[in-house]
Amino acid sequence: MSTDTSLAVRSHEENWLPVLELAVEEVFEIMVGQRVKPVSKTEHAPKREFTAMVGLAGALCGILTITCARTTAREMTKCMLSAEIAESEEQISDALGEISNMIAGNFKNKLAATDGQCMLSVPTVIKGEEYSVRSMADGDNLETVMLFAGEAVSVCLQLHN
Amino acid sequence: MEKIRALIVDDSSVMRKIVERSLRQAGVELEKIVEAGNGAEALAALGKEPVDLILCDINMPVMDGLEFVRALGGVENAKGVPVVMITTEGSENHVVQALTAGAKGYIRKPFTPEQVKEHVLPVIGKKS
Repeated sequence: MSTDTSLAVRSHEENWLPVLELAVEEVFEIMVGQRVKPVSKTEHAPKREFTAMVGLAGALCGILTITCARTTAREMTKCMLSAEIAESEEQISDALGEISNMIAGNFKNKLAATDGQCMLSVPTVIKGEEYSVRSMADGDNLETVMLFAGEAVSVCLQLHN
Repeated sequence: MEKIRALIVDDSSVMRKIVERSLRQAGVELEKIVEAGNGAEALAALGKEPVDLILCDINMPVMDGLEFVRALGGVENAKGVPVVMITTEGSENHVVQALTAGAKGYIRKPFTPEQVKEHVLPVIGKKS
């Protein structure tokens, strides 16, 4: 597959949404220890109390975000650490950031001809709902919503052409 | 199995805990765990005490994992110490860079305890 084909064309032609969903499912099953499956976005709107984001640069350019309720992020942290309670807000942010990092890495590793030429940023985590994001990503927007412990988790990849 | 001292280098404290747990699940007996949040912190830690194994992420602030592995050649306490990379960077290019820099193993995140066992035990002289 040529790397000079636009990402928007490639993401449609190759149907990247199932690839993103598989990347999310694998990270949750292996690292969080819980199976997740895609659900309807309209029926399961995630709260956006915690948002982690990772930038992608190079052959694949854009931003991946994972958004969920604070209680959901806390539960993920507990599962990752096999702990009764998550220690701190810092630990919850750390865990969500690492999940976003692994999803972005797992996704790009599954795509032909982008893996070796795409770098990830260090994750950034936002706590609270009172924010707005203006992304310079002007390409496709892939979004999946998964149910984790009965709560919705949104994973969104905004691509820059 | 002889107990070992392991240095875990990752900017995520949660990931450091998971790597430690995976080492224990792999049957590695740990005398001590030394943690560092980036390559520079890891070099400082190695200046204070020797270790038997280093597990290192690549994407980290301040000093990344590849730069850290390249810098190990000048560190007395790191001579002969095996380094295994544990990272989301899964490309052949990164693997080649890491192995050329001196790493003895490469594990892609997400990883299972079985993968840790498979890649870590041989480099510390144990059968996986």
